[in-house]
Amino acid sequence: MKISRRKFLKISSTAIGTVVASEAASLGLDAKAMTDKTAQIPMKSGKQVQSVCPYCAVGCAQIVTIDATGKIIDIQGNPDSPVNEGTLCPKGAAAYQLAVNDLRWTKVKYRAPGSDHWEDKPLDWAMKRIVDLVKNTRDANFNEYEEVPDGKGNMVRKRVMNTYAIATLGGATMDNEWNYVQQKLMHALGVVYVENQARI
Amino acid sequence: MIMGSNMAECHPVAFRWPLKAKTDHGAVLMHVDPRFTRTSAMCDIHSPIRAGSDIAFLGGIINHVINSNRWNTDPFFKEFVVNYTNAATLINPDFKDTEDLKGVFSGLSEDGKSYSNATWSYQRHPAPTPPAAKVGPFTDLLLQRVPGRPKTDPTLKNPLTVFQILKRHYSRYTPEMVERVCGCPREMFLKVANTLLNNSGRDRTSNITYAVGWTQHTVGVQIIRTAGVLQSLLGNIGRPGGGVLALRGHATIQGSTDIATLYHSLPGYLNMPDARKVHDTLKDYILTEAVPISTSYWGNFPKFAVSYFKAQFGAAATEENDYGYNYHPKITGDHSHLPMMVDMTAGRIKGFFVMGQNPAVGGQNARFQRKALSKLDWMVVRDFFETETAAFWRNSPEIQSGELKVSDIKTEVFFLPAATVPEMEGTFTNTQRLIQQHEKAADPPDDARSDSWFTYHLGKHLQQLYGDSKMERDWAIKNLLWNFDPDPQEVANWHIKDEPSAYKILKEINGYTWADKKPLPTYANLKEDGSTACGAWIYTGVIPEEGKNNAARRQGDNWISPTWGFAWPSNRRIMYNRASADPAGKPWSEKKKLIYWDPKADSGIPDAAGNPIRGKWIAPSGEGIDFMPTKAPGSRGKDNGIGFDWLGGNDPFIMRPDGKAWLFAPFGLVDGPLPTHYEPYESPVENPIYKQQSNPVLKTWKVAGNPYHKVADPNYPIIVSTYRLTEHHLSGTMSRWLPWLAELMPELFCEISPELAAERGIKNAEYVTIQTARGEIQARALVTRRMRPFVINEKVIHEIGLPWHWGWQGRARGDVVNNLSALVADPNVSIHEGKVFTCNIRAGKRGGAA
Amino acid sequence: MAKGMFIDTSVCIGCKSCQVACKEWNVLEGEPTHFRQLPGAPYPIAVNFTGNSYDNTAALSATDWRHVFFIEEFSQDRSVARWFFSSDSCKHCNDAGCLNSCPTGAIIRTDMGNVFVQDDVCIGCKSCVPSCPFGVIALSPKTGTVHKCTLCNDRIHNGLGTACAKACPTGSILFGDVPELKAIADARLAKLKALGETKANIYGYDEAGGLNVFYLFLDRPMVYGQPEHPVVPQQRLPLSTAATVLGAAAIGVAALISFRERGSKKSEEEKK
Repeated sequence: MKISRRKFLKISSTAIGTVVASEAASLGLDAKAMTDKTAQIPMKSGKQVQSVCPYCAVGCAQIVTIDATGKIIDIQGNPDSPVNEGTLCPKGAAAYQLAVNDLRWTKVKYRAPGSDHWEDKPLDWAMKRIVDLVKNTRDANFNEYEEVPDGKGNMVRKRVMNTYAIATLGGATMDNEWNYVQQKLMHALGVVYVENQARI
Repeated sequence: MIMGSNMAECHPVAFRWPLKAKTDHGAVLMHVDPRFTRTSAMCDIHSPIRAGSDIAFLGGIINHVINSNRWNTDPFFKEFVVNYTNAATLINPDFKDTEDLKGVFSGLSEDGKSYSNATWSYQRHPAPTPPAAKVGPFTDLLLQRVPGRPKTDPTLKNPLTVFQILKRHYSRYTPEMVERVCGCPREMFLKVANTLLNNSGRDRTSNITYAVGWTQHTVGVQIIRTAGVLQSLLGNIGRPGGGVLALRGHATIQGSTDIATLYHSLPGYLNMPDARKVHDTLKDYILTEAVPISTSYWGNFPKFAVSYFKAQFGAAATEENDYGYNYHPKITGDHSHLPMMVDMTAGRIKGFFVMGQNPAVGGQNARFQRKALSKLDWMVVRDFFETETAAFWRNSPEIQSGELKVSDIKTEVFFLPAATVPEMEGTFTNTQRLIQQHEKAADPPDDARSDSWFTYHLGKHLQQLYGDSKMERDWAIKNLLWNFDPDPQEVANWHIKDEPSAYKILKEINGYTWADKKPLPTYANLKEDGSTACGAWIYTGVIPEEGKNNAARRQGDNWISPTWGFAWPSNRRIMYNRASADPAGKPWSEKKKLIYWDPKADSGIPDAAGNPIRGKWIAPSGEGIDFMPTKAPGSRGKDNGIGFDWLGGNDPFIMRPDGKAWLFAPFGLVDGPLPTHYEPYESPVENPIYKQQSNPVLKTWKVAGNPYHKVADPNYPIIVSTYRLTEHHLSGTMSRWLPWLAELMPELFCEISPELAAERGIKNAEYVTIQTARGEIQARALVTRRMRPFVINEKVIHEIGLPWHWGWQGRARGDVVNNLSALVADPNVSIHEGKVFTCNIRAGKRGGAA
Repeated sequence: MAKGMFIDTSVCIGCKSCQVACKEWNVLEGEPTHFRQLPGAPYPIAVNFTGNSYDNTAALSATDWRHVFFIEEFSQDRSVARWFFSSDSCKHCNDAGCLNSCPTGAIIRTDMGNVFVQDDVCIGCKSCVPSCPFGVIALSPKTGTVHKCTLCNDRIHNGLGTACAKACPTGSILFGDVPELKAIADARLAKLKALGETKANIYGYDEAGGLNVFYLFLDRPMVYGQPEHPVVPQQRLPLSTAATVLGAAAIGVAALISFRERGSKKSEEEKK
């Protein structure tokens, strides 16, 4: 970065002004008159959106700030929250870096059976392929009836309407709404290996 | 008292409040934990105990309390216990305690692997004459089956009362025994016990806070129950400042339990239909599930169940087809995480969705779990980064060691990028059951989508494919009610136009009338005739009317904050808060006031003549009243009623079929009615209290790749606990890729006492190798006096600690600690025993000479 | 009125939230020396494990403006068992060695009493680095200029407190007017003494002309990694400080520009 002469002069004059002000204050003089000289300091700001911390279950309220282009620029604790009163732990304070992170994968990756590398694939293609796999796996492995123990030492034939060929394991930092649609769809498909981090 | 939790480290912001109580109000904070942690540092008392000895410690407090002078002379305790707990209830004379049967209860099967709870039952009066009233098809069936009231002895003298059984059961949990089992000096134990006792009563309450330090044991549920028993005996339940607080670890882990994506549960804690039970028809299902609990608020079970099926299948769910019940899957065994991986290894599972989870690091016996993944035909991972689970096929330790070959792994793997929280709208339920809304701030980048987007569109595609099917097996997917397309204004500001409407999903969870789709303000509006649809009855009230979302309320105050978010059920913060008032309905003390009975208040209900019925429960703070608002203290319930009709005015525990807190559990637990000290499955010592070594009915999976250690195994003499740190989150997916967090805790380390370090020639910051029969890992040594050896049964026992956040991907790396742990679990809930197992340790890097 | 912070270490839980909140607000990256490009890894990996309790960031730097000390105080038999935590940063000294020594006027004191480095003016001469008795200020090889805590200069001039104080879950970091903070600190000290914390003391009332960021410690300052008698080089009377800075600013123009250009050339070369 090159510094223009004009910019430098502007900075120096501010600097000198504030130095004088603070030193004046230390000598017991009134510094208030000087305050507005430094009050024009720009600060990250923008539209504020209400959020909740993605990490633990304390439920700290957060405020997400987006700039004029709609980009997330800041995530802070919400001082109004009776849960956290604006405070956050180091993970909560790092929530911004979870969303804005150069290692984040934002494209679909695909690994063919036996392949030694990832390939980029379109989202639509992946969805269609997954749908076919789910349907084929389910249809080939669906049980309408099964012999099960009745608790009295006998095996009895019971209607089960399930499949053991598909399993789902979810995290517990995913919305209630996802939990609802996930269990709803899985039950509709007959999937019984429905599990979540919540067991732990 | 914080026990089984490292609150300051794992829930720092929650710890703000007990610390404030200490600095501003002189509260005494105690930490009972094997390690001296950042929590211990902030507490007035740190009482070290050996990992896995919690029930002995808590049982010792119970024994100390009920034999103390204070408990036996301050009338508060007896008044609370006799009225609000089942202490006075008489138990079946055939019941045999661990005192009688050398450490097991009556009812253990011949193979010793399961219990029948027949002898744990209450003594009851004869069943009442059922009423004639026609209320509803399923409710009428419940009314025919109401049992007689339990028999009681309010003097607590009868040897068959719960109280006397409890007293005998814990009589051998003396301070001396506590010292022998826990390795905690008896003076320290007594200090903790007396602090709790002296800070409980009419004017004071004490709280016990725990986390997964209690759950991840083969006796996890029973540890928590011990705390429940203790708090009930101390009168610390249902009252401000009391209770047993679970600190859960994930943003909506509570929501994932409430709206269960768990194999055994439907949303709202209805048991999953199970082919091994009498669940053949909807009627069977309702009777099997609801009859034993119909005299609690669960008497409304038919309404919850029918409304769930109505939400599932919509118009297709009719009275004639049992609301689609016959098309709903049934479970046939334990399909939880650990057996899922065993069955995956066996080839039973072909396709796998892993969404926001990282079992390659976080899963117990992680080597076993990673190898299980290689048996899959296909796997879909949804996450932010290339997690170890996503990358298992290309660079796992098994690939690097040559044990598995990339080309041999036939698993087809999809990585779908996920949206982060500020990139989608939705709700989380926190550890105190508070539902809070997060708004969408930005579109997710590129192909990243919300989790709901994925599931919703998967469902839409599948529904289309099955649209023409006439097969019975496809009825459920074909008729699934699946209409969460957003209204145009919901997506007007976004590039992504096909995100499902979070509002519409939450509205269905909340429940609405089928005919005119109006949201229901309370679950009292639910019906058993298919006229209401409701995804999860406990959440009713979160959307009380169209367009109003109580989860998005943000008006706090200095205390209960009833208008900040929405706490299920019905915006109640403190459950069972009827117990905050005495049997006459007055607050136990002014200081601990929460709700009270006002006999003059207008109940809002007119009598037959149209005059208002007087008398109502009042909560000045705005707290939701966890009781029937017009049921007078002391009033008697209807012997032949169900639900609130059966419960009396002094029955605060409205979800229990006798309205009482259960010191003794006549049913509901598979491993005994009273918590009992059993050793962890892998323990360096024999059980000092009983002949029975460990929980007789705990779950093991004796399969290749999951070997266990013997009791007092000389090859594995050291106890190891796994745990978390402030600076990372779980398997690290949400922290190890972030430079700000990676640099705070860059690498796996092992906490070791100087005594053990000296014994093994281990130097601080150098590498050590930790071994079990499952695996071997290396870690940096952190030698610290915060770790200590314990003297157990006169033998020195060493304990080491391993935080488990690391893996081979991300910006902070280390070996996978869970390579060491085993698949072994609590019999009630199938939680693994990660908090205590055995190992060995030596100086030097992995792979070196032993 | 001077703004400052009172660090009550008796309620610090060592969570390091302040460290992250500081980096988040001030757009600071992970400290480059903590990460290394290891063979086989596609991006730099953190390698800064120290084995010194839970402290891996070890010191303040140009990108670590806050640092939490972890002090384990245990006797052999563990009858004394304490773990102290203390969140450290620039103390915004009333007699600031860095400011005193800065030849260009890049380091200024604003009307709110905070000592602030103007990045655009700094020539990277490093004369401030040894002049800080607390080892706070540091040169960034990346920018060629010095950096340190600004007391969130932008936030405090827009009516907010510092980011670290805002995030701190336990109120261990309090931001405010220095006299008010002193009143809080005195009351807290009295309370802790009454509770038997006989060694409790306030650090920063007198050191370096008085610190605008001062501490309550439960043991001697040196236990917390702070010099017991910090010596400020080039200690001068306040008035002469102002005069010096004014002078330096006036005569430094030409020198500054040439330094600056050299500095930026260097950083451009590094980028290539």
